[in-house]
Amino acid sequence: MSDTTQQPMLSADGRPLKQSLARALRRQKIRALLLIAPLLLFVVVTFIIPILSMLFRSVENEIVSNTLPHTVVALQEWDGTTNQAPDEEVYRHLYFDLFRAVESKEHTKLGSRLNYEQTGLSSLFRTSGRSLDDLGEEYQDPLEEIDPRFKEGAFWYEMLNGEGGEELLESRRELWRMGVGESMAGDIGFVPSAQMAEMLPWTTRAYTDFAIWTVIDDEDVVAEEDPWEAVYAGLAQDLQNPETITAISNYSGPGAEALQAAANNVDKLPEVNFREGFAKIKEDWASPEVWSTIQVFSANYTPGYFLNAVDLELTPDGVQAKPENQQIYMQLFMRTLWMALVITGACIVLGYPVAWLLANLPMRVANTLMILVLLPFWTSLLVRTSAWKVLLQQQGVINDILVWLGFVGDADRLILMNNATGTIVAMTHILLPFMILPLYSVMKTIPPSYLRAAKSLGATNWTAFWRIYFPQSVPGIGAGSILVFILAIGYYITPEIVGGTSGIFISNRIAYHISSSLNWGLAAALGSILLVVVLVLYWAYDKIVGIDNVKLGG
Amino acid sequence: MANDASNDAFVEFERVQKSYDGETLVVKDLNLTMPKGEFLTMLGPSGSGKTTCLMMLAGFEHATHGDIRLGGESINGIPPHKRGIGMVFQNYALFPHMTIAENLAFPLEVRKLGKSTREEKVMRALDMVEMGDFGGRRPAQLSGGQQQRVALARALVFEPELVLMDEPLGALDKQLREKMQFEITHLAHRLGITTVYVTHDQTEALTMSDRVAVFDDGRIQQLAPPDQLYESPENSFVAQFIGENNTLEGVVKEIKGKTCVVQLDDGEVLDAVPVNVSEVGERTRVSIRPERVEYNTDRLDPDAHTLNAEVLEFIYMGDIFRTRLRVAGNEDFVIKTRNAPDQVRLKPGQQIKIGWMAEDCRALDA
Repeated sequence: MSDTTQQPMLSADGRPLKQSLARALRRQKIRALLLIAPLLLFVVVTFIIPILSMLFRSVENEIVSNTLPHTVVALQEWDGTTNQAPDEEVYRHLYFDLFRAVESKEHTKLGSRLNYEQTGLSSLFRTSGRSLDDLGEEYQDPLEEIDPRFKEGAFWYEMLNGEGGEELLESRRELWRMGVGESMAGDIGFVPSAQMAEMLPWTTRAYTDFAIWTVIDDEDVVAEEDPWEAVYAGLAQDLQNPETITAISNYSGPGAEALQAAANNVDKLPEVNFREGFAKIKEDWASPEVWSTIQVFSANYTPGYFLNAVDLELTPDGVQAKPENQQIYMQLFMRTLWMALVITGACIVLGYPVAWLLANLPMRVANTLMILVLLPFWTSLLVRTSAWKVLLQQQGVINDILVWLGFVGDADRLILMNNATGTIVAMTHILLPFMILPLYSVMKTIPPSYLRAAKSLGATNWTAFWRIYFPQSVPGIGAGSILVFILAIGYYITPEIVGGTSGIFISNRIAYHISSSLNWGLAAALGSILLVVVLVLYWAYDKIVGIDNVKLGG
Repeated sequence: MANDASNDAFVEFERVQKSYDGETLVVKDLNLTMPKGEFLTMLGPSGSGKTTCLMMLAGFEHATHGDIRLGGESINGIPPHKRGIGMVFQNYALFPHMTIAENLAFPLEVRKLGKSTREEKVMRALDMVEMGDFGGRRPAQLSGGQQQRVALARALVFEPELVLMDEPLGALDKQLREKMQFEITHLAHRLGITTVYVTHDQTEALTMSDRVAVFDDGRIQQLAPPDQLYESPENSFVAQFIGENNTLEGVVKEIKGKTCVVQLDDGEVLDAVPVNVSEVGERTRVSIRPERVEYNTDRLDPDAHTLNAEVLEFIYMGDIFRTRLRVAGNEDFVIKTRNAPDQVRLKPGQQIKIGWMAEDCRALDA
């Protein structure tokens, strides 16, 4: 007996038995896998991937660094605690970054994103977007006066087009791609000249950005288009550099004359000061507060949404509780949990006797009763909830009957709707079948002979029920409770319709952020927390009751 | 029949009727008296009313009419849990969420016995059915036979005077069933418990019981000890239902004291004991057990009537031979003979003469 366990069993052909068995079962396994493959694929595409993308969205924050790539880098060195606005370099980068963002209209999205963290930033970005052109024109007009050739797109093209600047072109293309989210690939008929890129770095950069956008997005020819105001601002910026002046005097390529003229008349250009320019557009730009918000949320991944979801906020000084009048989510989470528990409890109390009847009545009567239980499933959820609205409102059926019976006065009709009561009543009714069905299917498997046996052994009806029947129906209660609780905790339509403000659930808030405020990151964070709460509760349930004790039937 | 024992009657059914739908009677006029300590089996085909009788006794069904008495007192209005009757169910009904010991302790607990008394009684009951080591297990971890023992122990642990068993061995295999039949009867007799046992298996009924009540159509057809039931069935239903039986139909030709002469439909005549016939010319069905038929004419009474028979089939069954004959047009006439060294083996097609002792052949109702 003991030596059979010493060495592996062999099948008739001398292979280990386990191996032969595995081979024999492989075909079956493959067949089974193929059978579930369509469903698996469907679930992965429509369920798993969206959930993962939601989880990702709750921490993702690439929009700031994608839209203002250079600004974010320059801002890293700024010390927000000094209460001083950052220096000119940051503003300079902001100007060129923002100019591109305005052209592709990404600046409003960035504004909305940052507005979640500091109110007012959305309008700041929108206003600034409209005024950036004015800022460039301050340099464009005098330059065109110095040499009218600066007016012509073809002149700019001829001057800046060349060779050797492929690297610059590709790096600008990459920035566009991150900012816009499109590939921006394709020949644009322009390569920045390496010589110019060295001599006029800001100008060339701005012009390259302009060229890429003009060809790829507007589908125009670069040489035929007048450059952006940012290109003039770039030239003005470049002319500030004495080395550039020297280089221009030694330059003899295309446009040398015009550049020489500009270099000779630098004093006719206004002094380049983007910091003042931005402050003039909106003085908020001079406030260190705005800059610290941008700095705090310039990382690609942020805990900001999650902190928001639990009534905290990320500040330059670390994580802090939100002002009390803005704390809503923790309370909402607690209310959701509490109300889901109450609804589950109500479903147990109301569903248990019905399930018992269903399981113990003669077949014919039980079938009729079962149809009554299932009837709600044949009616639209919206209709059922609206029906409750009719019943529960102050001039509704229930109040009318109570008044007619004299239980309440006409003047003080009960408020049964647009509060937690309405949500609990309507949701208990709607989720009741989900409690009754698992209970019924478990009770159906408890033979009546157990109760008889208990009674024959001397137990009263109550003892027989409580000691014998009830413990065996607990798996049904468990299954029903999990089902009802998990459905309840994520319920949306019913609280929305009958819940008012004090009866809504966290899911209503999630829906609001998805469809109205468009703060998907916060919605994703709230949803993720809800998911984690459910998983934790499920885990706790498994630890306490044991998931093996849950039966949906059989 | 058993009414003469009414002075020490323990269980009594008096004119009990039961109807479920108000149209048909499932139990029609049941009268039954059981003395203390008796092992009585209710035997009958399904739908004969035997289980209904048991359920009425246990209190799960109410008699539509009549009186059921236990120890001289009517129990019609007493709920099941106050009757103090032990019961073993068809599928044992061991509580799956309790251990074996908890199952056994349950009736003691509801009777509010102390913990030490409980444990002692549980242990004794488990030892009694040789399940002493299984107290900590759950019912699902036991085999069918073990569950059966535990169910028995649970029905006995609170020392009831009456135990009801509803086809308790139905789910066991043949060997185990035979073993348990033996054990149950021994236990019942040793403890002196009055037992009502319901089964549709006639072998079980014959081997276990002091008396058997044969049910059909809501009535007791015969209530008698097993040997009497087998050898002297009082009507053709009992004769057919208990054991194997050959029947031949005919008319009573002559009655003289304890024997009568019956003329079969094909003209042949035979001797029988008149049981349900009283006058000449009455139609009757005669019944003869296969093992009482004799074809060795040497052993027959020379005066006895014999019948002509043709051998249709010979089956060798080891300990016995089973031979199928055509007798008086009946092709299902079976005889059984012991496999003895001197026994003749009949061959199909052979023409023989058969006969029997007149007292083994009973002329019953047609």
